[in-house]
Amino acid sequence: MVRAVSAHEVAPTRHAWTVEAVNLTVKAGKHLAVNGLDLTLGTGVHGLLGPNGAGKTTLMRALGTVVKPHGGLLRLLGTDATRGRELRDLRSRLGYLPQQFGYYPRFTVRDCVEYMAWLREMPSAAVPAAAQRAIERVQLADRADARLKSLSGGMLRRVGIAQAIVNEPELLLLDEPTVGLDPEQRVRFRELIRELGADSCVLVSTHLVEDVVAACADVVIMNHGTRVFQGLPADLTRFGETHGIGDSPAERGYSHLLMQHRSGR
Amino acid sequence: MTAHLPAAALAAYAAGDLGPDNAASWTVEVHLEGCAECRGQLGGLTGPPLRELLGDAREAILQQARTGPRPVPRRRVRRFLQRWTDWSMLAWIAITGSAVVAAFQLDRTFPDRPSLVLLLAPVAPLAGLAVAWSRRANPSWEMLAGTARAGLDLMLRRTLVILATVLPLLILAGLALDRNPALWLLPCLTFTAATLLLGSRIGVPVAAAVLGGGWLTAVAAVSFAGGPGPTLTAAPAEALMRAETMPGWAAAAVILALLTLLRADDLRSPANWR
Ligand SMILES: [Zn+2]
Repeated sequence: MVRAVSAHEVAPTRHAWTVEAVNLTVKAGKHLAVNGLDLTLGTGVHGLLGPNGAGKTTLMRALGTVVKPHGGLLRLLGTDATRGRELRDLRSRLGYLPQQFGYYPRFTVRDCVEYMAWLREMPSAAVPAAAQRAIERVQLADRADARLKSLSGGMLRRVGIAQAIVNEPELLLLDEPTVGLDPEQRVRFRELIRELGADSCVLVSTHLVEDVVAACADVVIMNHGTRVFQGLPADLTRFGETHGIGDSPAERGYSHLLMQHRSGR
Repeated sequence: MTAHLPAAALAAYAAGDLGPDNAASWTVEVHLEGCAECRGQLGGLTGPPLRELLGDAREAILQQARTGPRPVPRRRVRRFLQRWTDWSMLAWIAITGSAVVAAFQLDRTFPDRPSLVLLLAPVAPLAGLAVAWSRRANPSWEMLAGTARAGLDLMLRRTLVILATVLPLLILAGLALDRNPALWLLPCLTFTAATLLLGSRIGVPVAAAVLGGGWLTAVAAVSFAGGPGPTLTAAPAEALMRAETMPGWAAAAVILALLTLLRADDLRSPANWR
């Protein structure tokens, strides 16, 4: 069989950044959960850290084109994500795992992943193989035909990851992907996203500082809807050598940066 | 593909004379990927050690295919259902169906009163539309809303399924009541298009509530204003849905449907989910 090479694969990249947000504001209900955020992300794995209510999930939703930004500029893969006309093409190149992974209990793992591949407009002939591959990558091949309602929380999270990566997205957004995973699965997950980050932009929102330090090449810390810090995990660790509270240098660095931001306000 | 590879080029490629850094090997490989005939010839040209290796590989693959997991059977029906329907709509179909049946029974029992089926018909598909774009009824709305098909594609599919369920029911009710079903089919389509159009601005469930609720309360208000008793026969629903008003309904349905298609970009917006 001849593998079809899509136009996107051979087209030269015309955008400098996969994600480019300038003075972005996004509403969650009535209040501005993301408030004047500037952010640029390129290829690689990025970790998004922040306390509860920092606006992480709202930002992830805006990047996943599930919530429309209230103001500012948001360009994803070089296209304006606030314009309806551009959204269709953009969305077929996105992968998104929401924080709340809702599902139809009667779907099997394979149903769910194939359905999402179809919704992202993968060519029909490519869907079954792509779904099988995605399921294998999250180590669920032996449960591929089990109904979702029979799976544990950690397994469901892995189904969520499989549906997000099934179309080999150029921008992959994972909101709290490691919730419910046991330590061994978490290590495997880190390997997987490092692999995916080799040629796409992966943004992982998490509250676990250790996940970020272990798997990400770049750390973004958010608080009160704005960016507090962006840099290497090593920078975070360096802050923690002298300041902050926590169990590890990275955690101390994280808490120090947050405290600094709070007192500066 | 008309022109095949020259025998010399194929022989050089088979012998390994064209290294990966040789640009000529790219042309050969591109052609080979798409041409089974030349691939067959290439097989004949390869030397014994390589051919043995390929034979072993083939054996191993066939062995694994025999002993490994069975391929997943094609599931056309299942896939069709997944792509065209939605679990959340089952409950809605049951409710709308029983509402139409109840209205039909009342019309049967009190043939002198203004027809309840007529009153209900224009807004019968609206509840279905509301459910199809409801965050509450679709646990995975957040995953659906961010996908490429979440705009016009999903809208047309869901609307068609809803109409395909409602319209036959209304046609049957109309025939059984000895009235022309066309009288309420056109208003039905008009309200559906209006809901989608308004929904592209304020969200489909809100639009369905506004239009459906608006229609029912307006009709009820005018009816009751006329007082109880025989005046009820002049119910506004009957007045609005007569053979003479049908061209108006048809024109409205066509215009609204066209506007909805033109606004397809807005339907992609996540705000349609409420
Ligand atoms: Zn040929």
